[in-house]
Amino acid sequence: MHENKWEMVIGLEVHVQLATQSKIFSGAPVKFGEPPNSQACAVDLGLPGVLPVLNEEAVKMAILFGLAIGAKINTHSIFDRKNYFYPDLPKGYQISQFEYPIVGTGSLTIDLENGDSKTIGITRAHLEEDAGKSIHDAYPGMTAIDLNRTGTPLLEIVSDPDLRSPEEASAYFRKLASLVSYLKICDGDMSQGSMRCDANVSIRESGSNKLGQRTEIKNVNSFRFIEKAISYEVNRQITIVESGHLIKQETLLYDSEIDETRPMRSKEYSNDYRYFPDPDLLPLKLSEELINSIKNKLPELPEFRQERFIQEYGLTIYDASWLVEDPELADFFEATTESSNNAKLTANWVMGELIAALNREELKVSESRISPEELAELILRITDGTLSSKLAKTAFEKMWEEEKPVDDIIEIYGLEQVSDDDEIKAIIKEVLESNPKQVEQFRQGKEKVLGFFVGKIMQATNGKANPQQVNTLLRILIK
Amino acid sequence: MDPFIEINAIRKGLADGEYSSAEITKFYLDRAKKLNSQLNSFISFCEEQAIEQAKNADNKIAEGSSGPITGIPLAHKDIFCTKGITTTCGSRMLENFVAPYDATVVERLNKAGAVTIGKANMDEFAMGSSNENSYFGNTSNPWDTDRVPGGSSGGSAAAVAAGMIPIATGTDTGGSIRQPAAFCGISGLKPTYGRVSRYGMIAFASSLDQAGVLGRSVADICLLLSQFGGPDVLDSTSHPIPDNWLSSNPKLNPTKPEAKITIGLPREYFDQTPNLKSVEIAMRVFENAGCILKEVSLPSTESAIPAYYIIAGAEASTNLSRYDGVRFGYRCQDPESLSDLYQRSRNEGFGKEVKRRILTGTYALSVGYYDAYYLKAQKIRRLIQQDFLEVFNKVDLILCPTSPGVAFKKGALSENPVEMYKQDIFTIPSSLAGLPAMSIPCGFQNNLPIGMQLIAPHFAERKLIEWGHYFQSLTDWHKKVPELS
Repeated sequence: MHENKWEMVIGLEVHVQLATQSKIFSGAPVKFGEPPNSQACAVDLGLPGVLPVLNEEAVKMAILFGLAIGAKINTHSIFDRKNYFYPDLPKGYQISQFEYPIVGTGSLTIDLENGDSKTIGITRAHLEEDAGKSIHDAYPGMTAIDLNRTGTPLLEIVSDPDLRSPEEASAYFRKLASLVSYLKICDGDMSQGSMRCDANVSIRESGSNKLGQRTEIKNVNSFRFIEKAISYEVNRQITIVESGHLIKQETLLYDSEIDETRPMRSKEYSNDYRYFPDPDLLPLKLSEELINSIKNKLPELPEFRQERFIQEYGLTIYDASWLVEDPELADFFEATTESSNNAKLTANWVMGELIAALNREELKVSESRISPEELAELILRITDGTLSSKLAKTAFEKMWEEEKPVDDIIEIYGLEQVSDDDEIKAIIKEVLESNPKQVEQFRQGKEKVLGFFVGKIMQATNGKANPQQVNTLLRILIK
Repeated sequence: MDPFIEINAIRKGLADGEYSSAEITKFYLDRAKKLNSQLNSFISFCEEQAIEQAKNADNKIAEGSSGPITGIPLAHKDIFCTKGITTTCGSRMLENFVAPYDATVVERLNKAGAVTIGKANMDEFAMGSSNENSYFGNTSNPWDTDRVPGGSSGGSAAAVAAGMIPIATGTDTGGSIRQPAAFCGISGLKPTYGRVSRYGMIAFASSLDQAGVLGRSVADICLLLSQFGGPDVLDSTSHPIPDNWLSSNPKLNPTKPEAKITIGLPREYFDQTPNLKSVEIAMRVFENAGCILKEVSLPSTESAIPAYYIIAGAEASTNLSRYDGVRFGYRCQDPESLSDLYQRSRNEGFGKEVKRRILTGTYALSVGYYDAYYLKAQKIRRLIQQDFLEVFNKVDLILCPTSPGVAFKKGALSENPVEMYKQDIFTIPSSLAGLPAMSIPCGFQNNLPIGMQLIAPHFAERKLIEWGHYFQSLTDWHKKVPELS
């Protein structure tokens, strides 16, 4: 079998668009969804005579990231020109960092499916500018160019080749996404290309220390697709090697529609970028004071928060890690728990109904139609017995639709649980009397028919009878 | 009116109401247009704007709110972007390019009330030492129209020398202000790298390019530079600390600036110059003024030209990548494909010398050659800087010729690029070191002007200006004017 004979060696290069107000080298705004070429100034257009001026915010964000992964912040780094011709690259070069990046080696710990965790080395992270977009399908026979994205600050984070499966790669990519949201340095909107990933993939015989020839899959922007792209690529490589051929070093594109990788046209990339220090920008020198002042601004990082959730709220590792991934969701959980006083139940509701509702409408946590306080009210109505857990789900749906507090919903729809013993007894008696045959079956030892009666009773009360009481009283009355 | 008048005299005339700015602007425009058919110093004139600027200046003068250069006509080298006026950089590539912004130099001079009458001719993208590389035809030297004016700021130099304009901006990457100033018998200052903003100045070699002035006298140069030098947030390489002396628009005193200075004479420069009589006379002037002359050595001089052409070429090769026919500038007819668009637009839009430098620069940065060429050139550059730093521990200024000879005949070197490159042997080392340097007229040879060069330590423009001005108060080489028919 493939899996045992071959080992995968995967490294990721993740491009994170930094959430600055303006471009990395100009004062033009960084905004998405604006009319084409409306967010590009003379500097972004690369007009003759213009010069880049480094955005301090972008530098601070890069430092914050470096500190969060325990990396060395290089107090001396250099901006280089990466030269290639392409119509959406106005200057004919991209300003990037090559030999001396701002962030040196660090690491990131990921949680694996089997509950273990694994530390992935990060080789470096550097600042660079994004290119514009070429749009090939807007006008027949022509390519349109939108330079709005030109000059958007990017932090390129390069991992060591430490990843050993598509799942690990995806978990790493996810963890990075979580981290940059915690640091508030990226809006994390994958559909807008806020995070894009290149994967370097090679295979080698298990146990070997030698690296195989690698291929690079370019520009994948979803957790799911990176997993699928790597799986496809690894299988492709195994097939090639097992049929006695050699892997060719090449750059590939992943086509998610047909789930396969294909080589990029050679025109789309070039081998010799002729990197050299950009003479328009001085070496970037950072003071220890600046680095320390940014260190003080580091927020609680996901792994610490996860540990706190386990200790403080008694959550399982699974629930805690699930909740902390998105800082906004974790905030929502904490705010709800503060009022609901029931962390476990709150976790279930946040991870269950709330996420389902958000996903259904593709909303962010901040756009939730139910606030943490409102959700806490709902949970309190469960714990005080007003709502059965089944009716609570109905109440949630109604709260979501109508954006009204839980008590109004309970009143409008009469969802209050029937917990009065006498009232329930009367109904049970009625049901038992109308179904003598089933009563007889129970008395002959057929326990199963209890379920039949519970169903009938709930039906008769429109589902409002307190199920525990129904169970207890039924067992008494049926005998 | 005397077209060869200095700015301070024009200021007085304007202040005394002898003439208005509109009148002298018209005077220079008419004269420049008339002489341009003979000299081709200007690529374009902007008459309407000039008259408007002059009228605004006259209003300011009338209101009593004028500054030191309000109403003074000038020309910009066509490398500075001017909002609404074509900026060609001497290239077919930018024949119709109109920038939507002013270069910082232009903006500051406009704000100070200067009047721009036109854009001066130049070697294409400032690459050349003779103005023969201009797409808009070469410029003639007013002292002998069969000869070149030098380059690349040849249009600015010829215009000032011919009295078409009192003063002009220029840029200097490896000698492009100083050498044409010497060839045309005027004064030209290249400030310290970082003293003047490069924003809006079309880049040739970013780590070397520096804006400066070509004028009739050191005093004129000082006056203009005081209006546009200093820090600029739009240029990360501009020096953040202003020169307070310069920006105070200093009154230059014709008496000796300091009691005693030592002037260094670099052995390696003098060894290579056969005819040094004029520079020797200049040396005596300084000596008589009490300066100590001292032979010094700049041992890395020999490597300066190759290092320069590698560094400047490397930077130019990528600075000029943006001229691809996609967004602005020249585009070839009916491109068949993307690569056809690139290849033909660049092949047809750029001239021979520009292509030569892009090719050599690209080569020097390529994988496998980077270390041997680009990195090595950078090492040489540091050695050259070191040479100067050591010499400036011993002397206050360096004095040497500006160029190996007088203005040469048109066509004499145009087929021999290496000989052409050697024209800059005395100006390139100080460019590589980022030092301020100035060429001042110091004599004639066969009726052609000769320039001497003064080089100062970083940001010591004051020394250059004060001693240059003192020299001009003792001599009258800078007052000689060519006879034009």
